[in-house]
Amino acid sequence: MNTVADRLRPLTGHRLFWPALVLVVMIAANTVYRPGFLAVEVKNGHLYGTPVDILRLSAPLILVALGMTLVIATGGIDLSVGSLCAISGAIACLHISGAADQNSPATVATALALAFGAALVLGAWNGVLVAVIGIQPIIATLILMVAGRGIAQLVTEGQIITINSGPYRAIGLGSFLTLPLAILIALAAALLVAAFTRRTALGLIVESVGGNAEASRLAGIRSRRVVFLVYVVSAACAALAGFMVTANVSSADGNAAGLWIELDAILAVVIGGTSLAGGRFSLSGTVLGALIIQTLTTTVYAMNISPQTSLLFKAVVVIAVCLVQAPAFRARFRRRRRGVEPGPAAPQREKEQVPA
Amino acid sequence: MRTRSTARTVVAALAGVLLAAGMAACGNSDTGGDSGGGGNDKLVLGFSQVGAESGWRTANTTSIKEAAGEAGVELKFDDAQQKQENQIKAIRNFIQQKVDVIAFSPVVESGWDTVLKEAKDAKIPVILTDRAVDSADKSLYKTFLGSDFKKEGRLAGEWLVEQKKAATGPVNIVELQGTTGSAPANDRKAGFGEAIAANPNLKIIASQSGDFTRAGGKQVMEQFLKANPKIDVLFAHNDDMGLGALEAITAAGKVPGKDITIITVDAVKDGMQALADGKFNFIAECSPLLGPQLMDLAKKVKAGEEVPARIETEETTFTQETAKEALPNRKY
Repeated sequence: MNTVADRLRPLTGHRLFWPALVLVVMIAANTVYRPGFLAVEVKNGHLYGTPVDILRLSAPLILVALGMTLVIATGGIDLSVGSLCAISGAIACLHISGAADQNSPATVATALALAFGAALVLGAWNGVLVAVIGIQPIIATLILMVAGRGIAQLVTEGQIITINSGPYRAIGLGSFLTLPLAILIALAAALLVAAFTRRTALGLIVESVGGNAEASRLAGIRSRRVVFLVYVVSAACAALAGFMVTANVSSADGNAAGLWIELDAILAVVIGGTSLAGGRFSLSGTVLGALIIQTLTTTVYAMNISPQTSLLFKAVVVIAVCLVQAPAFRARFRRRRRGVEPGPAAPQREKEQVPA
Repeated sequence: MRTRSTARTVVAALAGVLLAAGMAACGNSDTGGDSGGGGNDKLVLGFSQVGAESGWRTANTTSIKEAAGEAGVELKFDDAQQKQENQIKAIRNFIQQKVDVIAFSPVVESGWDTVLKEAKDAKIPVILTDRAVDSADKSLYKTFLGSDFKKEGRLAGEWLVEQKKAATGPVNIVELQGTTGSAPANDRKAGFGEAIAANPNLKIIASQSGDFTRAGGKQVMEQFLKANPKIDVLFAHNDDMGLGALEAITAAGKVPGKDITIITVDAVKDGMQALADGKFNFIAECSPLLGPQLMDLAKKVKAGEEVPARIETEETTFTQETAKEALPNRKY
């Protein structure tokens, strides 16, 4: 008994073991409920099936959560990403809807560039408020969260802009080598961010700023510049997500696009094991967290859980995920079951680093 | 230390929201005061709108403004920006300005007794539009003009019963509900359920909330299609969810309007287009164009005529044929 546990320790001790287990359990439960859950077939030249839906629909959340991971790693938070999704989607769709030929790649490229540029400016606004003026991140980004919805509605004039553009639609629904293009874009973004943070010193710098901004500054790191940068990156990720969300339904809805995605993103980051106190982050954990959240949403529909109970169901699962993942909770549980030896309590590195 | 600073942050955040909301309210409370005097015989109508949260609402506002112009009614228009306190303030303003009639779409159902009593004491008749209030004292307002959501669901169901009366086997229906707990979602569901009870072959096999949005409708429909191999009918509580579902149905290799009969509610332009294109099969209208009816009513109550306590908006239903005729004249 003990030896098995010992042998499994490298596996169970891995940071991502528990979130991954939760995902596997959810998929298994779905497969038991409906054996065809994992079935994937080829239809019209691309893959078709529930797993493909989950991957495609989780792409925007993965993107937003990536940016959010970096922001949270610096000890901040970005509440404005949902509004940024709505704004970028609205600007892109507005430009395309006014064009003579909605299918021309040049029109779509201009639309994307315009919207992306606007998002970068707004991200820079967040960055200035936090890094230069020194406003608390939750307040600074709250401004754009509230005002941004209004901007998006101004852009759409309170209407839903419907477009009919093949190239734009492909961002949300296209496929490449039979795989959904959206998830490929999201994964490419994840790899890019990972390369920049883990292959260079940037990740370490972000973590050190999140751990203690003042100490980092004294050690020679330009903390402000790093903090400014992560808000711009977060806005860029949100803009891409906004394109996907609006391309998915070929229409921009200023009211509903990206609504509450900031909360899902924060949840994905937390499930992935990134400390909300800053100073430590896990990109792969965030991607996994986003997949868990989308799988959970899809489970509600696939199992036809009544809308009145679905929110409670989600909440219970999320609490379970967070608990099972907390080393302190597991250690206590183990102790109680065995009744002897305190067991290896949370390893030192798993402890949250709380900045002074 | 850490938790205290977090708590302080949250409090500050809330304060920020309240402040922003308050400023927005201040900036807007003086709309529609273009002509203060008005001592002539022109009827003066004070109207407080919920806000501008959807295309439907925008069309509603436009209809009221246009109808007022055509009927020669002087309209004092106020946008409450989805806040009850703004609306109460607007109504008190109308009372002070001694308008002839007050009309408003209540943001929420409860909490209106005091301000409505003030209007009654000032002998200004009140008309509710689009949404009701839950006051026990029905004498506080003259009438309620608005859509009957339950009837919309019933009309949709009755059409389906008529279409499927020859069906011998089971007819599988999936339902896309509106926002959970909202009046249109509850009432449309109830009305539809009552109507299809006439034929035991008609069965709702799955029902989920799509939150009245296209993305929501699409995401739910994708899973409906995978979980249920045989879906004959889709009933969506609004056009937008139906439009989202269209894409999911096409992606599943089925033909919307043929393989799956689609019934929706609202009749906004995009929905009517889909109906005219043969992708939808039936729409029960939920019309925001109640301006002309409202002006009529305002004149009647001003003249002291008796009006019914509940007046339904003039609404119709559309099939693929009638949609083609009506489409060029759709305003919203």
